[in-house]
Amino acid sequence: MTTTDATTATAPGVIGQRLLRREDPALLTGEAKFTNDMHVPGALHLAVLRSPYAHARITKVDVSAALQVPGVRAAYSGADLADLWAAPMPCAWPVTDDMKNPPHHPLATDKVCYVGDGVACVLADSDTAAHDALEAIDVEYEALEAVTDLEDALSDRVLVHEDLGTNTSYTWALKVEESEGAVDRAFAEAAHTVSERYVQQRLIPMAMEPRAVLSMPQPFGGDVTLYSATQVPHILKVMTAITLGIGEHQVRVVAPSVGGGFGSKLNVYAEELLCVALSRKHGVPVRWNETRSENTMATIHGRGQIQHIELAADDNGKLTGIRVRLIGDMGAYLQLVTPGIPLLGAFLYAGVYDLPKAYDFECTSVFTTMTPTDAYRGAGRPEATYAIERAMDALAGEVGVDPLELRRRNFIPTESYPYEAFSGLTYDSANHDGAATMAAEMLGYDELRARQAEQNVDGASKRIGIGVSSYFEMCGLAPSRVLASLNYGAGGWEAATVRVLPTSKVQVVTGSTPHGQGHETSWSMIAAEKLGIAPEDIDVLHSDTAVSPLGLDTYGSRSLPVGGVAVAMACDKVIDKAKQIAAHQLEASPDDLEFAGGAFTVKGSPDRTMPLAAIAFEAFTAHDLPDGLEPNLEAQVTYDPPNFSWPFGTHMCAVEVDVDTGEIEILKYVAIDDCGVQVNPLIVDGQVHGGVVQGIAQALYEEAVYDTDGNLTTSTLAEYLVPAASDVPPITTGHTVTPSPTNQLGVKGVGEAGTIGAAPAVINAVVDALSGLGVRDVPMPASPLNVWNAINHAQEAPK
Amino acid sequence: MIPAAFDYVRAGSAEEAVSLIAEHGEDAKFLAGGHSLLPLMKLRLAQPTVLIDIGRVNDLSYVRDGGDHVAIGALTRHMDVETSDVLREHAPLLAHAASHVGDPQVRHRGTIGGSIAHADPASDLPAATLALGATYVVQGPNGTREIAAADFYEGFLTTSMAADEMLTEIRVPKMGGAGWGFQKFNRRAQDWAIVGVAAWRRNGDAGVALVNMGSVPILASSVASALAGGASIDDAAEQAAAEADPQADLNASVEYRIHLAKVLTRRALEAASG
Ligand SMILES: Cc1cc2nc3c(=O)[nH]c(=O)nc-3n(C[C@H](O)[C@H](O)[C@H](O)COP(=O)(O)OP(=O)(O)OC[C@H]3O[C@@H](n4cnc5c(N)ncnc54)[C@H](O)[C@@H]3O)c2cc1C
Repeated sequence: MTTTDATTATAPGVIGQRLLRREDPALLTGEAKFTNDMHVPGALHLAVLRSPYAHARITKVDVSAALQVPGVRAAYSGADLADLWAAPMPCAWPVTDDMKNPPHHPLATDKVCYVGDGVACVLADSDTAAHDALEAIDVEYEALEAVTDLEDALSDRVLVHEDLGTNTSYTWALKVEESEGAVDRAFAEAAHTVSERYVQQRLIPMAMEPRAVLSMPQPFGGDVTLYSATQVPHILKVMTAITLGIGEHQVRVVAPSVGGGFGSKLNVYAEELLCVALSRKHGVPVRWNETRSENTMATIHGRGQIQHIELAADDNGKLTGIRVRLIGDMGAYLQLVTPGIPLLGAFLYAGVYDLPKAYDFECTSVFTTMTPTDAYRGAGRPEATYAIERAMDALAGEVGVDPLELRRRNFIPTESYPYEAFSGLTYDSANHDGAATMAAEMLGYDELRARQAEQNVDGASKRIGIGVSSYFEMCGLAPSRVLASLNYGAGGWEAATVRVLPTSKVQVVTGSTPHGQGHETSWSMIAAEKLGIAPEDIDVLHSDTAVSPLGLDTYGSRSLPVGGVAVAMACDKVIDKAKQIAAHQLEASPDDLEFAGGAFTVKGSPDRTMPLAAIAFEAFTAHDLPDGLEPNLEAQVTYDPPNFSWPFGTHMCAVEVDVDTGEIEILKYVAIDDCGVQVNPLIVDGQVHGGVVQGIAQALYEEAVYDTDGNLTTSTLAEYLVPAASDVPPITTGHTVTPSPTNQLGVKGVGEAGTIGAAPAVINAVVDALSGLGVRDVPMPASPLNVWNAINHAQEAPK
Repeated sequence: MIPAAFDYVRAGSAEEAVSLIAEHGEDAKFLAGGHSLLPLMKLRLAQPTVLIDIGRVNDLSYVRDGGDHVAIGALTRHMDVETSDVLREHAPLLAHAASHVGDPQVRHRGTIGGSIAHADPASDLPAATLALGATYVVQGPNGTREIAAADFYEGFLTTSMAADEMLTEIRVPKMGGAGWGFQKFNRRAQDWAIVGVAAWRRNGDAGVALVNMGSVPILASSVASALAGGASIDDAAEQAAAEADPQADLNASVEYRIHLAKVLTRRALEAASG
């Protein structure tokens, strides 16, 4: 991958340096310990028997033969374990008061609702014995019809959960009108309108490490310790306690090294609850390792929406109104935040554009007989960005202007920031035109347009297309009060503790839970910058609820703008306390002290100085502290952000499409991302690269395909096409830096930006290449087959 | 992803392998590179009770100049086929096709014999050797026999080799400077072909075989005879699917496969004529 670092402002000091990640040596040499690497003598292995039917009544489960398999200790049906659950599996986001949420337990009892739904389980001395025993379990099913089409689900032709009387879980609306009828009027008076339908295919998150669980009953000091490959040990702790009826203080959750999540490990899963319940029941450690094929069906999927978007615009193509209708695919049950995902996009269907208060969004979400969906990198925001950015290209065609020019006419002007949006949300800072201009220069937009005009003539077998996508990320989830207004079941704060040890080494404790993002590196850089010491002298502790009891974990690009800012604030508190000790020792007024380079100095008297190291030791011995000051140098902060942060940028992509075969080659990909101040630009580039690849993957490669019987036909990596290094083009990254005014670091977050920007840039380019052949849309993934079909349909369509 | 239980024995020679398979019977299977067999076992789509490991029968790993043909031992890894100087000189089409199998890991483990014995119509080497008019040598309890590639593939993953026979050698006629083309169309570099075409041309002669265009590798003889009859490349390529019986899957409809076969045949023939 080529990287052009176009950072315009680099701060001096530690922040802004491209430090290598301290996490990487252990990960790259295989030293890092994942849940599955922990050797626990005497642990029993859990294996789960999964439904081969998408929808069926369970008429019989007989586990007796499994008990005869050598090495098997126990086998249970769902009914056998029903008494263990104090509450159903949690959904923490009841988006409306009347949302329908069917009871969901770790093992099904009466009915299975997707292929992969657990019906029975085995405990054995080895993983292999447990899997062999699954084949001996006798289950009889009475098959029912599958529901795999969202519009079909909406019709209630077949009910997934009969007791609910409907497949609709909820309808949620965001209607913003300056005056009544504003949206209708905008459309009635519009010079141009477009009405588009897009499908967000289901995606399988496919973290490199499948899930793994190990539950250890504690002989003393609490009831159980749960090790899990999770993004959310803190949330998991509370939910495990509630679901099993154990005191929350009795549960400790640890996430060891975790090999990626992308949202798929932001959940509370059946196997976690089964391991805890069975390890308590049997009084021995119980572990479970997910196989890759289980991962494709028993771990949540992402996306799964049908989007209808309509734009109204004036003569110049300036937007005057937007209407959005969504159907969301919940899958068979509501997992932790399943119903909230479409809402995370609800505010973003106007993208980065200046829209009057004429906006009408409504989402109806339905149950289907497929794996439950939930958060997947970007969660709602890539979907929204895709719809508006694709529709903007359609509008550009309608108005007859270049797509980049149409965007420029609609960008929220830089001078209007902070900008109060139609929705009432305030966007913190941005310079959309700056990012777009940089992207156009780095891509060679004008030259490519000229080349395109020459090449895309009648009969050309290879056609060039250029795609533009400008986006907002909306991250730093989130101000707790905003979450309350969306009915979310928790706050959006994050906690940090900064502890200066007697020898002046520092421990940073964070409630944010890394699983590949490089928190240890970044947090040590923040504390190093603040405290004036070397990053190597700082350790970062995380992912263990006994070590960092307060936290809301990692998702939604929240870690840095919430958790990282909390670290900076805790450092400030430490510095304040240290200042009092220094003032006491130096016999000066605190107001006369300056802190720089890790030492306090009396202003104007450079020789009257005291380094943090000395203060730390004073604080520890407590021999001579100011009256009333507590010993030790430690501070804790819980930070609730006042606003979301609003990273933004423009991605551009140039493709060449082989008209004979439908094959797409990405000629050039440019990503300009502005995530505010960059703590570590190397990590920012890594996040952008990975995100862009995941966006390209959605655009061109990946899809969880179900047949009409509800079987997942892409259940291995041979059918589910995750692009490999050789399939991905060089990605040119560049950055503008527009600090966020709402936090002291000026940071915004970058975990999802690449994914949000990429898919529409790629598909816009593909459609642009084929527009001369009459193609207006190509469904994702734009596989050669889909491209070839789109060309044929366009050619057959009456002109 | 966890195979059913099985026993394992290792054979030191082809003779030993053949006697072991006779001893263990129906449910025994040879294990060569394991790159087709083990995935099936992990999904429990294959559950042999005994694996006879022939992966270390090293004297069946060779590429030799056999005069009018090149002889390749069945246990020769794809990587050794790809990089063999003898093949690059006398059967460059096959060396090139081997370079398109999977990824480097697959090419270091998988064997040409395993690929041909497995007879997956989506694999590259069965079609490449079929296009070249290869002969396969198999060894059984009653000695060895030769089977022409054209007579070898009987149906999906089935061949005219008996259960107690082992494939020991692949004989590929020397190409004698024929032009050739190999087209592999897939979505990711390491994947099996959605459609593939192996073709060569020399004076009036031609050989064309198709990957993944039916339940067996397909010899596209109509293309060869059209060319022999003086047809242009474009017209001959239109015959590409005449012998094929393609199926639809996630990556291709039947119509699309037929279309691809024609486009890729044209491109392969253009390369072979260039
Ligand atoms: C990720 C991946 C990607 C791949 N991509 C491709 C690709 O793009 N193109 C392609 O062509 N192939 C591909 N393959 C398959 C690969 O080429 C295999 O190596 C090959 O198909 C089988 O060879 P093997 O030596 O591994 O055989 P094995 O898996 O050991 O055996 C396969 C079958 O043949 C039998 N057998 C093996 N050797 C003999 C023998 N000498 N005599 C009789 N029977 C025998 C076995 O009993 C078994 O039934 C891929 C495989 C993987 C895992």
